[in-house]
Amino acid sequence: MNFSDTVFMGYRRPDGQAGVRNYLGVISTVTCANQAAEDIARHVAGAAVFTHQQGCGLLQNDLQIVERTLGNLGHNPNLGAVLVVSLGCEGVNAERVAGRIAESGKPVELVKIQQRGGYFGALNEAGLKAQGLVREISKLKPEPVPIRNLRLGVKCGASDPTSGLSSNPAVGKAVDRLIAAGGSAVFGETTEVIGAEHILVQRCRQQEIADRLLSVVAALENRVRQSGADMRGGNPSAGNIAAGLTTIEEKSLGAIVKSGSAPIDGVFRYGECPPWNTGLYFVDSPGREPEILAALAAAGCQIILFSTGIGAPQGFPFVPVVKISGNRKTVEHLVDFIDMDVSQILLEGETLDDAGDRILEFSTQVASGLKTKAEAIGYIGSTAIYQTGPIV
Amino acid sequence: MENKPEQKFILLHARDNTVTALVDLASGDSIPLGGGTKPERIIVRQDIPYAHKFARSHIAKGDDVLKYGEIIGVAVADIRPGEHVHVHNVESKRAKGEPA
Repeated sequence: MNFSDTVFMGYRRPDGQAGVRNYLGVISTVTCANQAAEDIARHVAGAAVFTHQQGCGLLQNDLQIVERTLGNLGHNPNLGAVLVVSLGCEGVNAERVAGRIAESGKPVELVKIQQRGGYFGALNEAGLKAQGLVREISKLKPEPVPIRNLRLGVKCGASDPTSGLSSNPAVGKAVDRLIAAGGSAVFGETTEVIGAEHILVQRCRQQEIADRLLSVVAALENRVRQSGADMRGGNPSAGNIAAGLTTIEEKSLGAIVKSGSAPIDGVFRYGECPPWNTGLYFVDSPGREPEILAALAAAGCQIILFSTGIGAPQGFPFVPVVKISGNRKTVEHLVDFIDMDVSQILLEGETLDDAGDRILEFSTQVASGLKTKAEAIGYIGSTAIYQTGPIV
Repeated sequence: MENKPEQKFILLHARDNTVTALVDLASGDSIPLGGGTKPERIIVRQDIPYAHKFARSHIAKGDDVLKYGEIIGVAVADIRPGEHVHVHNVESKRAKGEPA
């Protein structure tokens, strides 16, 4: 199916992007500010809070990861305005984070708890600011936005054999459709690439991109090896082999097939946001849910497609996470987790192309305001930022 | 409305020389493989558990083994259509898969 003329109802932002939600983002810069940020957000309707356990006591490289992740989270089009909540003495530079977010043209406020006389002072000032920001962005009305302004993130987790055989390839078809219609998509999970990097390299549009992809895979393998483990030798595991997976290539392909078949237009560091051009982008990230969902949100994704066989629960504070399963038992058993049933592929012979069409069609409904199951119950709180070095 | 037959396997890419079983298949089962006007059948030559692969066509020793339209390994023995395709007759080109 051709989606070129498809539109969704989105919120236009000053930088030209479009949100599928219209939240005030309340972003904590450091662990010590989390509770204040959560308490402020609790008092303001339409606020979405992002907290994490980083921001201080980290080596320089990891502080930079936190800064660029927070800055780009603030840029996410689903946020109409942002309130940055800082303690004041943390390693992360809160002014730089707020300044980076302000480059988007959206309203940004910064409150430092230590400068406001502590918790109640900060709550007073931040609460009033948050109230004002929410009222300001409530004036925005959703308008028709072409699908080329949509950026999907893709991820798989709590996988079973149905993931590699149905939901992942069907998600890949949806990604292909979106890119053909002018949109963009982001995938990651560097760990999943090990063993199939030679295949992804062939899909990189330029040699420079291929070199970057190989270097992020090598860097991850080196870090793993320094910890005394080997991700290549033990794969596929005995359990994988019993489940029918023969080689590491096959295992990795079953995961990366969710990125579809488009050329890869760029490889980015954790926390970076690829340019807003049509195409497929890779972000260096772990596979664990809180960290990669944050990376995909920082990469600008307005919606994340999450393929799962066994059934994973989590959403994200301000990005709808659509759970897609090809396992009918999971679909029926975990009714409050799974948004989309693609078990017709394995049980009724639905083609992957047709399932891909359904996934992209459903994504545009979510883009226009349909709440995911995780959004509806507020199962959106497990958030984190990746770190590469020790906590000091 | 026509009742849809139970899906016994999935072909993930037109180029593949393997298909994946969606139910436990028994040796001797005859599976319609083609579809279309002239459905070809394949006789399963061994028990194939759910989610395991069997050969869709003859795979000679040294041939690439394909799934998702990509090379998942190399055949280390001749594999006849309907034969189980797994660690006993396929090796990774990237790293040996060692049971943990």
